[in-house]
Amino acid sequence: MAPKSVSEVVAVLSEQGDRAKLLAGGTDIIVQLREGLREADVVVDIKKIEEVTSFNYCPENGLSLGSAVACYNLYEHPELSKLYGALADSTHIIGGWQIQSRASVGGNLCNASPAADSIPSLIALNAIAVIAGPKGERTVAAEDFCTGPGRNVLENGELLVSIQIPAQCSNSGSAYERFIPRNEMDIAVVGVGSWVKLAADGTIADARISLGAVAATPLFAEQASAILIGKEPNEEVFSAAGELARQIATPISDMRGTDEYRSHLVSVLVKRTLITAVERAQN
Amino acid sequence: MTTTQYRVIGSRPVRHDGADKVTGKAIYTADTKLPGMLVGFVLRSPHAHARIISIDISEAEATPGVHAVLTAADYPNVENKMADLGEGSINLSYLSSNCMAQQKVLYRGHAGAAVAATDVHIAEEAVKKIKVEYEVLDSVTWVLDAMKEDAPLLHDDMVTDSMGEKASKPSNVPAHLHFEKGDAAAAFAEADVIVEREFKTATVHQGYIEPHAVVADYNEDGRLRIWTATQGSFTCRQQTAEILQIPLGNVLVTPCEIGGGFGGKITVYLEPTAALLSKKSGRPVRISMTRSDVFEASGPTPGSFMRVKIGAKNDGTIIAGEAWLAYDAGAYPGGVIGPGCMCVFSCYDIEHAVVDGYDVCLNKPKTSAYRAPGATQVAFATEQLVDELAQKLGMCELEIRQKNAVKEGSRRVDGPVYPPIGLVECLDALKQSDHWNTPLQGPNRGRGIAAGFWFGCGLKSSAACTVNSDGTINLLEGSTDIGGSRTSIAMQLAEVLGLEADDINPQVGDTDTAGYTDVTGGSRVTFATGMAAYEAGRDLQQQMKTLAADLWDCPADEITVDDDGSFSGNNRTLGFKELAVELFAAGEHLVGRATVSPECPTNGFGAQIADVEVDPDTGKVTVLRYTTIQDAGKAIHPSYVEGQLQGGTVQGIGWALNEEYFYKDDNSMANASFLDYRMPTMLDVPMIDTIIVETGNPEHPYGVRGVGETPIVPPPAALANAIYNATDTRMTELPMSPPKLWKAMQKHQAS
Repeated sequence: MAPKSVSEVVAVLSEQGDRAKLLAGGTDIIVQLREGLREADVVVDIKKIEEVTSFNYCPENGLSLGSAVACYNLYEHPELSKLYGALADSTHIIGGWQIQSRASVGGNLCNASPAADSIPSLIALNAIAVIAGPKGERTVAAEDFCTGPGRNVLENGELLVSIQIPAQCSNSGSAYERFIPRNEMDIAVVGVGSWVKLAADGTIADARISLGAVAATPLFAEQASAILIGKEPNEEVFSAAGELARQIATPISDMRGTDEYRSHLVSVLVKRTLITAVERAQN
Repeated sequence: MTTTQYRVIGSRPVRHDGADKVTGKAIYTADTKLPGMLVGFVLRSPHAHARIISIDISEAEATPGVHAVLTAADYPNVENKMADLGEGSINLSYLSSNCMAQQKVLYRGHAGAAVAATDVHIAEEAVKKIKVEYEVLDSVTWVLDAMKEDAPLLHDDMVTDSMGEKASKPSNVPAHLHFEKGDAAAAFAEADVIVEREFKTATVHQGYIEPHAVVADYNEDGRLRIWTATQGSFTCRQQTAEILQIPLGNVLVTPCEIGGGFGGKITVYLEPTAALLSKKSGRPVRISMTRSDVFEASGPTPGSFMRVKIGAKNDGTIIAGEAWLAYDAGAYPGGVIGPGCMCVFSCYDIEHAVVDGYDVCLNKPKTSAYRAPGATQVAFATEQLVDELAQKLGMCELEIRQKNAVKEGSRRVDGPVYPPIGLVECLDALKQSDHWNTPLQGPNRGRGIAAGFWFGCGLKSSAACTVNSDGTINLLEGSTDIGGSRTSIAMQLAEVLGLEADDINPQVGDTDTAGYTDVTGGSRVTFATGMAAYEAGRDLQQQMKTLAADLWDCPADEITVDDDGSFSGNNRTLGFKELAVELFAAGEHLVGRATVSPECPTNGFGAQIADVEVDPDTGKVTVLRYTTIQDAGKAIHPSYVEGQLQGGTVQGIGWALNEEYFYKDDNSMANASFLDYRMPTMLDVPMIDTIIVETGNPEHPYGVRGVGETPIVPPPAALANAIYNATDTRMTELPMSPPKLWKAMQKHQAS
């Protein structure tokens, strides 16, 4: 079914509970249903709903991104791709371009993969998830949205309506980088998102670093972010942040890499994304 | 070097099947639809090793839409008889139980039962209703573990055959091979420098884009018709007939267009099952594998453990070699250890050498051929040691190879003496190449080279050519066309007859229409089936000479055929087409035919150059530049030769850098999808430059050597040598994936 309003979706979800699954781009849910990883009696297409398929930016409130907006809208947008560099980086590498023309950032967040490419960027950019449900609307910070691999905070009857990302100023910059063994069509062995805001004197006024694929959920690296504040942006400082970030990583060993390797990659990627984020902020 | 000028050979006409392939009109097995056709689905073992206690199919059988349910009980008992598959032989009882497990499942994915239903969803649901009681057994997936005394035994009745001598108690090692020439021990004692290392390689898959698929229609009269993706319709017919214990002549195999094989589509997997489901249901049945089925239950190529040692004199002459090789055969005996043993020192003229090889059964799918089966592993070992030797002797890595390269008269460790071959010429071409002469600059970068060899075989081929009334030709042959062979075969016929490539309409026949032809494998088709087409052309010319003599009223031995295919006699000259038209008008219609079975290998040698850059922080390797050099004997269609060189090289790069079967603790495969089984994408390889060397094979009318397999042999070694030169770290384990290379670099820096 394809309801025309959020309230209709809430009604269906409330009634069907776990037997209803939402369809935005469908790049995860269709595969999961096909492979028997999830089951559903009803698949609810939310792409007929204006609120979840539109996005807009204003310098006061920032970006309001409907949960079903496909990835390409972000990296192809001349201003948004500059303002939200990390998110442009992420959306540009989720699958190939066929996937990017369907897959949504909201879906990527709800799918709650520990290795999701857009979630570290959302966390670094301080994004807020706007959720509608039977009891009305509520908001949850991006770093609190995922609760485990494939699990999120959404309760019975709830759906993600949009993602709100704060406005950016000319002296802020962000970047996302993941490590994959190949050069495309792959899943992050480790992904890192970094955001910085520079003060007038060139020092770091504020920073947020987040990590993907090194724990059950994407992580906000609070201490690693905090030590950057007030410092000159240089490799030594970035390495220190990388070291702190590495300490909160609790990766597993699997076919994509060992825990030791993943931890090491955290420090490498924190450094690399900070370099890019600062460069973007300076330009 | 061949100097003969040809009209058609060496040109690059558009392939005959090109339009069908690019417009999507080519018919593949999964496109085949017959009236009333059912869809089959196979129940596969969730365990790596288990005894089947019982199978209850009652609920599955009762499912609406289900027409037949099959277990091993429906399979006939077959004896322990060896069947020759052309490029190797196989024990039929093993082949049969690989298609459908009897008593035990030996690997995760092993077929245990099958269902035919009106659609795939019903079939899949019904398979879930089959209740199998398993007694789970200990399993083993690494060769050295499987060789241990206390390893879980896969086959209770299997004993080691050591060069004809049978061991007394069962083991997982069905065969021990031993080759030697000269006195290796004495030669090592005389060597000034010795290098020795142990190497490991992971199980890898051919990764063909088309999953295995089959349609079978078992008729009431006992005739069985099969449409399938196979590299050899005749071997498919034989295997299916033998497994089902039905007369060979009752089986018709139609080879559909094939989406790659690389050695993995010679053994049957689905054909007997589809046939029996069809027999039981009375309707045609189609079965297709999923991609995970392909990974878990077709025939990947072995992982290996190798210990190799070579010794040289101070002047760089390699005088001694020793190799101890263990290759995994998968669940049933008969892996590719044989060619591994024969190839380990195949590129170098080593006077004293000894090789021991072990075929090892373990709980993985039965391994199959994969492009030069068994050669890539040993090249990874030997070609690194040759580099190391050069380094210790202060020699250039190219110079040591040139000094020791095999040439005509060199004897391989397993016995054969080489006829004229082209390794020296390939190394010369490497030395003169733009790549070799362009210095590689920049940090973390390195260049590596390696040589490679594959036998290339002859085997049996047939061809028949029917002359049309306009002088064009319908060519019927039996080689499944995987790499453009229709065209490379037709070009040889066109050359001999003085026609153009598009005057020939080549068709791949089924087993009822084409003459017997062995598999498309062993780099043999352009060589052997091409030779059959050439001989069929000669047969036509012979017939036409006799008929022209009647027409022109002169003795047949006065009729001559020129290089351009024209016939002359009694002051008259006519081209092939003109004469054919005239003969047809005179009431003569013509069919030329030939069968050939050349026994000699075609001996394909090659050499490659790789430039890499290694990210010191992550261990990720970027291939910057790559050149593949190979002796094609004579390139019939240079574009297809280049395509073979590039394709083989890219597969070798994948094998080197990321591809591997990754096993979980329960010995099930963790990465049975193209997401986590990482073959290279377009963005992972540079343009592969090619240099075709043509030394001419005296055993073929145009000098053809097989080219399809050799290019996969050098890449892991060439890349390992390049990585060493970039990082000072010697990689002895495949794949050289980022986590492994990073770890090795860490260890190296620490020491």
